[in-house]
Amino acid sequence: MQTSNILETIKMIDEECLDIRTITMGISLLDCADADIHVSCRKVEEKICRLAKDLVKVGDDISREYGIPVVNKRISVTPISMLAAASGGDPVEYALTLERCAQKLGVNFIGGYSALVQKGYASGDQTLIESIPRALNATEHVCASVNVGSTKAGINMDAVRQMGQIIRKCSEMSADNNCIGAAKLVVFCNAPEDNPFMAGAFHGVGEADCVINVGVSGPGVVRAVLAKASKHATMDELADLIKRTAFKITRMGQMVGKEAGKRLGVPFGIVDLSLAPTPAVGDSVAYILEEMGLETCGAYGTTACLAMLNDAVKKGGVMATSHVGGLSGAFIPVSEDAGMIHAASCGCLTLEKLEAMTAVCSVGLDMIVVPGDTSADILSGIIADEAAIGMVNTKTTAVRLIPAIGKKVGDVLDFGGLLGSGPVMPVNQEKNSVFVNRGGRIPAPLQALKN
Amino acid sequence: MKAVISVVGADRVGILAMAANACAGHFVNILEVAQTILDGVFSMTMIVDMNEMDITFDEFALELEALGVENQLVIRVMNQEIFQAMHTI
Repeated sequence: MQTSNILETIKMIDEECLDIRTITMGISLLDCADADIHVSCRKVEEKICRLAKDLVKVGDDISREYGIPVVNKRISVTPISMLAAASGGDPVEYALTLERCAQKLGVNFIGGYSALVQKGYASGDQTLIESIPRALNATEHVCASVNVGSTKAGINMDAVRQMGQIIRKCSEMSADNNCIGAAKLVVFCNAPEDNPFMAGAFHGVGEADCVINVGVSGPGVVRAVLAKASKHATMDELADLIKRTAFKITRMGQMVGKEAGKRLGVPFGIVDLSLAPTPAVGDSVAYILEEMGLETCGAYGTTACLAMLNDAVKKGGVMATSHVGGLSGAFIPVSEDAGMIHAASCGCLTLEKLEAMTAVCSVGLDMIVVPGDTSADILSGIIADEAAIGMVNTKTTAVRLIPAIGKKVGDVLDFGGLLGSGPVMPVNQEKNSVFVNRGGRIPAPLQALKN
Repeated sequence: MKAVISVVGADRVGILAMAANACAGHFVNILEVAQTILDGVFSMTMIVDMNEMDITFDEFALELEALGVENQLVIRVMNQEIFQAMHTI
């Protein structure tokens, strides 16, 4: 073992914010479904509390023993709409059950208050989606997501219209608490079933009964490597440096995931090869792009830099782990990234630029604060555009917008913690109501016909 | 189990002896030591075998951390596997 390697690892952890962003336990609740909602909730609580009883302890133990911070311990569950379909009743009961589990177990978030409606509404989906604002308002740790489109199925425009309204309602109901409700809700196209990151994590129906998925992080480490590179280094040289770094980061994720699985007696699922920023100084994806030679994130060239970064992260990470999954790539949540916050505040980073960036990164329009008077139709239009990018490019896109009730462009919404704070960004307010209210489905594109 | 003990701080007499003493006191066997002094900053990494250790990993790690704080040093004990995972294929 080389001393230089040991010191390099310690430096990454101490100075460059390297951490395991999350260990997420995925739990299937299919066997908890019951025609009586109270029985169903009791089974859900019993199963989650049984399987995840040591999750937080194991995360903390690993953190201490290996010296690598494990920032979040989370749980993802089967989309609750499926249980609601079997039991009927008010789905908020499930949300309250999940909240009790989260509090009892001490986990940071529990995701899966979800519905998959890319092709249409099944029994339970409609009531669950309608209950999301109440569920998120009544709970603190529960996260919701709705998949409204996929490359295979096209885009469910009825759901797109509805989600614009639901996002607004979430914000309105939590207006006195920084509109936090909307920050816990993601609208997806091509939602991955093994995603360990919140707020979009749920446990897909094709998954095993219980698995451990890991999300790594390390924008600070990548930035530090690029900062040391010569200003004359070519882009392929930079790509190579990023790949090497991504490899190291991911190896650590693989090791932690396997170790956590072993200690919990649960199979290890996937590593999400991600660069997930935090509001902490030096832990920003925007700074990586700026390190490549942009004055501010959002300048022309940003999309190209992000495309290279996203690709290099995957190429470096893919050999480092036995199973890749989740979102895998660079995240660009505005309020959670010090560099993005700055770029958005000074007007350099616009919603239109972010939309272009989402075509080449791993997620979508994430944690973006929009003016409080933005109508539900305009939110739906943004969702439709993002879903179209995801559908055509066979990639995941997501929308997590927070209409800041009572605030206007230039104001700031401060969530605190990992969610950070975001400036209210200007939104094109041209009307699109006729389009949004047409409903129906956008047919699946030719890309879907691969058989 | 093998672990890496890293010590960083201002150089002075007896740092290595102090760390080695703490290890011996708990039957922790030192396998390898590497140390350098750069601009007066002492930096040492030790690879140790903890199979015969008479306390738990946590207790030992906390004891060494505290020893570091008392002596204005940063001492850290980490499972060796993390370094192996990161730097070897």
